[in-house]
Amino acid sequence: MNALLEVKGLHVDIPLEAGVLHAVRGVDIAVERGKTLALVGESGCGKSLSVLSVMNLLPQKAKWRVDRIFFDGLNLDHASASQMADIRGSKIAMIFQEPMTSLNPCYTIGNQLEEALLTHKNVSRQEAQDRAVFLLEKVGITAAASRLRQYPHQLSGGLRQRVMIAMGLMCDPPLIIADEPTTALDVTIQAQILALLASIQKEFDMGMILITHDLGVVARIADKVNIMYCGQVVESGEASDLFENPLHPYTQGLLRCIPIPGKTNPGAHLGSIPGMVPTPIGQQIGCVFQNRCQYVMNQCQSTRVGVTQISAGREYRCLLDPETCRKNMNKGKRK
Amino acid sequence: MTTALLHTEDLTKVYQISAGIFKGKKSLTAANGISLDINLGEVVGLVGESGCGKSTIAKIIMGLEKATSGNVFFAGAPIENMDREEMSRRIQPIFQDPYSSLNPRKSIEAIVSLPYRVHKVGNKAQMEARVEEILEIVGLPSRMRYSYPNQLSGGQRQRVAIARALMMSPELVICDEPTSALDVSVQSQILNLLLDLRDKQGLTYMIITHNLCVVEHIATRVAVMYLGRIVEEAETKTLFANPRHPYTNALLASVLTPEPQLGLPETHLGIAYPNPIDPPSGCTFHPRCPKATKACKQTRPEAMVEADHLVACHHPE
Amino acid sequence: MEATSPFKEVTFPTPMQMVYRQAKRHTGFLIGGTVLLLIVIMALAAPILTPHDPYEQDLDARLAGPIWHEEGTWNHILGTDNLGRDYLSRLMYGARISLLIGVMAMLISGVIGTILGVSAGYFGGRVDMVVSAIITTRLALPIMLVALAVVALVGGSLPIVVLVLGLMIWNRFALVMRASTQQLRSMDYVNAAKTSGCSTLRIIISEIMPNIMNNLIVVATLEITRAILIEAGLSFLGMGVQPPLPSWGLMVAEAKEFMLFSPWMIMIPGSAIFALVLSINLLGDGIRDITAPEGR
Repeated sequence: MNALLEVKGLHVDIPLEAGVLHAVRGVDIAVERGKTLALVGESGCGKSLSVLSVMNLLPQKAKWRVDRIFFDGLNLDHASASQMADIRGSKIAMIFQEPMTSLNPCYTIGNQLEEALLTHKNVSRQEAQDRAVFLLEKVGITAAASRLRQYPHQLSGGLRQRVMIAMGLMCDPPLIIADEPTTALDVTIQAQILALLASIQKEFDMGMILITHDLGVVARIADKVNIMYCGQVVESGEASDLFENPLHPYTQGLLRCIPIPGKTNPGAHLGSIPGMVPTPIGQQIGCVFQNRCQYVMNQCQSTRVGVTQISAGREYRCLLDPETCRKNMNKGKRK
Repeated sequence: MTTALLHTEDLTKVYQISAGIFKGKKSLTAANGISLDINLGEVVGLVGESGCGKSTIAKIIMGLEKATSGNVFFAGAPIENMDREEMSRRIQPIFQDPYSSLNPRKSIEAIVSLPYRVHKVGNKAQMEARVEEILEIVGLPSRMRYSYPNQLSGGQRQRVAIARALMMSPELVICDEPTSALDVSVQSQILNLLLDLRDKQGLTYMIITHNLCVVEHIATRVAVMYLGRIVEEAETKTLFANPRHPYTNALLASVLTPEPQLGLPETHLGIAYPNPIDPPSGCTFHPRCPKATKACKQTRPEAMVEADHLVACHHPE
Repeated sequence: MEATSPFKEVTFPTPMQMVYRQAKRHTGFLIGGTVLLLIVIMALAAPILTPHDPYEQDLDARLAGPIWHEEGTWNHILGTDNLGRDYLSRLMYGARISLLIGVMAMLISGVIGTILGVSAGYFGGRVDMVVSAIITTRLALPIMLVALAVVALVGGSLPIVVLVLGLMIWNRFALVMRASTQQLRSMDYVNAAKTSGCSTLRIIISEIMPNIMNNLIVVATLEITRAILIEAGLSFLGMGVQPPLPSWGLMVAEAKEFMLFSPWMIMIPGSAIFALVLSINLLGDGIRDITAPEGR
């Protein structure tokens, strides 16, 4: 097993005024070198929290526990906070949504890039600077040497995101985590940044976890997909298979909601998922999707829904058997 | 005189921005010579990326900003002649952020009934009846009138914003990124609602967005903006089937639909990003255009219309 | 089939309910509020509760110690001052003066500061420039010196002190209201109110004010304490409230000479000022914490 990062049984709880919010319930994450895992879901599904918890970056009030964490050959089940911080800095590159708030406006790009390396590895400043120039060129920034002296506010959003990517790569980490890396960027820049991430990943044989709500982005760039809903993974599998043959009613519903130029009928009603995401406070009884599912049955309201496995890595969480799910999907397609 | 519901002529808006403590002011041309028509019953989509000026145009049309030059005509009459009350009855906005478009200290009833009370149309009983009616039209339960915005989800808040906009039965609704801040499953609910309301209430929409999939689905005409100018305009079907401007091409190519077999698109744009305060000479798109020639750097292309398809390019497809 | 939710329905409280719930748990708010309430009750009920007339002199019983001294009597629980006036009664009536001055000065300065601040914040541009210039001018004037100058010209008295304070301490109101209004004026609900046809005045009162009220209240509590302390200082210097009014500051001034032998005379009004200012500050902090903007 080529697993770079393996997390099993992740739970995140956040104590709130109204009770304890079980934001993440029993989530598994598995990434391999050279592959991209996408965590997709809408707001409140727990995709960001899952990854932040493993990185020990949760807000103070939140509590998390996990059955198993395994990263790059190390067992981190009982890692201390400082161990995690060290790993986080040197072995994991994190790219967030807002490059302006990730870059310190008071320091030059060059300074921040060099610091990213110098804090973790014992190299000279010249070596750090050389690596910075090397990586800036790798991410497609021309005149890299002169860029080192620029400040974040002098760069556009797309350029800043490229700098963020370069900064993450300074320590040659095996894993990149990108949390909505292109959501704040223009559409024409988005494709470029995603292509850049894909090529960097291939070249340095890195694993990538991509967190996003954009199914289009996921379809085009991810190898494996975990569809998350209200704190649980409801479906997972290879991207090509999952988008061709979605099994879980939520995945099917989501795909029907998206207008595709050339495919969906303009002006006609789009598919929709009625209702709202429930707030996961208290004990979960039955399937998490029961109040919005068009195929809901009596058992869905009382039985604890486990994971049905079709093949290795292809799973979904529903009481319906795979055949019925496929039929449902085809019914939707014929409309 | 034109028969269009909304007719803008050469609309320009220039902002004075301070360039630094001692550097004085520089001008930022957010919108440059925008001429756009919206006919009754149409859904006109204004697309473009950040900094293209589409929101500025919306604000001018709604009366929230004053144009530096150019004219706006609504139903044949210049907008300056309309007083604030009349304009607010006939043109209404729906904003992007459902979290900041509702006053957090007011109940839903107070928010939705605001236009009604401002115009002093009827008494309290009539107002309550109308609020009830409008909440039903947008698909919200009647008891929600006593709730506060913080108790509602994003989709519900956007419905409240739509209810407020429809309170006085406007003719033109300006939607500024109405679904961009919403989840996908809620987005489709709101889009369906907007389509229904257009038929049932006889509305005309101007929809401003950067989401091309949404625009293709809901708009009848599309105008593509880049750095303050309209670079292409046509009926939706025509524009998507036959884009003529290189920027439109790149935009359409950048759209990522959930079709994994298509992989990542190649937009053929450089990484240069335009500075709106100091725009490139000639055609402002030339630094990023794969087809740029010397002419593109020197002269600004004029907009040419051919078979109801407008393009402003020296080398259109 | 009846639709059910996998989780129990959770109703989110309204803004008022949230404020109420948090208020119940905030110790600073509760302590400050209780102490302040006691002082206010003491002030309001002074005519009924005081055992003696605060102005009645009894030179036989002058400089008697409070109840915890050997010579203390139940007749004068907190002792008497150098003119034989009952200290407890003077203390209670002094509360009235302190609170009156604090609240009145806060109201006057609040009105001035809010009007200036909200106008500057909402309209920006030239209005902002003018108001900022006014604020800067005001900040350049030291309150004490101005107060002393005015009092030297027209003589000191309660109304004069209130007026001077009211016309001078509005700067914090103006600055805070300006900043808060600036944050809100670009909110979409303000734009929505404009496009609904609201007049500017209506927008300011109906859309903006409710959202800056929490800041306003916090600043108001701070200004009450500021006014009380400045008045105490002025009265101490003889430039504020004139004797025989039982202002706490004046009581401290009059007790200065007797500090070594009758320390209670200075400690009691001093502690009273301390308690009042502390309780108002705790209350203000509590209000700020409770009404802080919540996350979504």
